[in-house]
Amino acid sequence: MNPIFKILSNIGNQVTSRIWRLGSATRLFCLTLIYSSESFRRIHLTIREIYFTGVMSLIIIVVSAFFVGMVLGLQGYYTLQKYGSSESIGVLVALALLRELGPVVTALLFAGRAGTAITAEIGLMKATEQLSAMEMMAISPIARIISPRFWAGVISMPILASIFSMVGVMGGYLVAVPIIGVDHGAFWSQMNVNVDFRIDVINGLIKSFVFGVACTIIALYEGYDAPPTAEGVSRATTRTVVTSSLTVLGLDFILTSFMMSN
Amino acid sequence: MDKTILDIWVGLFVAIGIAALMGLAMRVGNLTSNTLGETYTITANYENIGGLKPRAPVKSSGVVVGRIDKIQFDTQAYQAVVTLKIDKRYPFPKDTFANIYTSGLLGEQYISLEAGGDDHFLKEGDRVSKTQDAVVLEKLISQFLYSKASEESKK
Repeated sequence: MNPIFKILSNIGNQVTSRIWRLGSATRLFCLTLIYSSESFRRIHLTIREIYFTGVMSLIIIVVSAFFVGMVLGLQGYYTLQKYGSSESIGVLVALALLRELGPVVTALLFAGRAGTAITAEIGLMKATEQLSAMEMMAISPIARIISPRFWAGVISMPILASIFSMVGVMGGYLVAVPIIGVDHGAFWSQMNVNVDFRIDVINGLIKSFVFGVACTIIALYEGYDAPPTAEGVSRATTRTVVTSSLTVLGLDFILTSFMMSN
Repeated sequence: MDKTILDIWVGLFVAIGIAALMGLAMRVGNLTSNTLGETYTITANYENIGGLKPRAPVKSSGVVVGRIDKIQFDTQAYQAVVTLKIDKRYPFPKDTFANIYTSGLLGEQYISLEAGGDDHFLKEGDRVSKTQDAVVLEKLISQFLYSKASEESKK
């Protein structure tokens, strides 16, 4: 065949397969929502998953938030001090964390820590034919396996992001006030005046909620769709991290442009 | 894993999350300082409001007594009409001055109310007649240069 046709058909094939995957992911998402009443009726299933996705991610979230906050404090101080306004370091740290770093870094860490675990678990369940066995017993694997994990992820993400922002602010405080010597009162009062609850805190929560939906459904779909082999599961796990990270960063730009437009 | 231990961990997780959110709202954000009680609305006209924005504070003697509700443009008078929401606890006389000031050298702008001596108080929907526009730095500099130049020419 003509090499140009080959390239063209390759591109077309790629595009259609991407769209096909997007469509079947959306279908899984809708099915998950339809079956979500099951996961709330058997709330212990969801609680168990919140433990594995949320509580187990707590350590990595807290530690990284603390260091991110401290680095923000240091970097902010070096620049602000040139303009003689090192008191506004509290504002810088709080706004950066609440608006962007809290939701985004939490979502990236969540994709790496909890998303991969979800994909590998479901992929392995599929490879060992546990999902088919459930279907044979007339138990819907979406109601029993997918939906509780989805809701656990969606509930965990805003909580993790709030903890991230708060711990980050504490890290920034630790660097700015005791170590550098910015005034304690100015640090908090400047932050208080310039951070708006509705605009900054609530919008950050909305962001983390959207990221929670995106990251969890990507992890679930990649696991559910994985070829039932060892190689297939490993590839699906990699794809979860790559797709989730890119989706989070892209969605972040879209959400920010909507939130900042008014 | 034992079900009760699981419940305790998840409960703790959610509690920490709510505590963090409360901390963000109260300590970092301005949810507490934002609440005005019952308010009454007054308007003020300005030739130039500078960088005044809705939700900026209205202060009297440096104390926040209200917030700016909205800013419109009157096409009849070609003036800015600023609507202020003032806390009901703070009545102001009819001849109150409403001036636009800047907090600090480059800070945000706010409206300062300076009470006059009238016996009648401002009511809902009243208009403050005594206003002073925002100071525009360029105008100030050009005035200064102009007066300097006229001093020079007198010599």
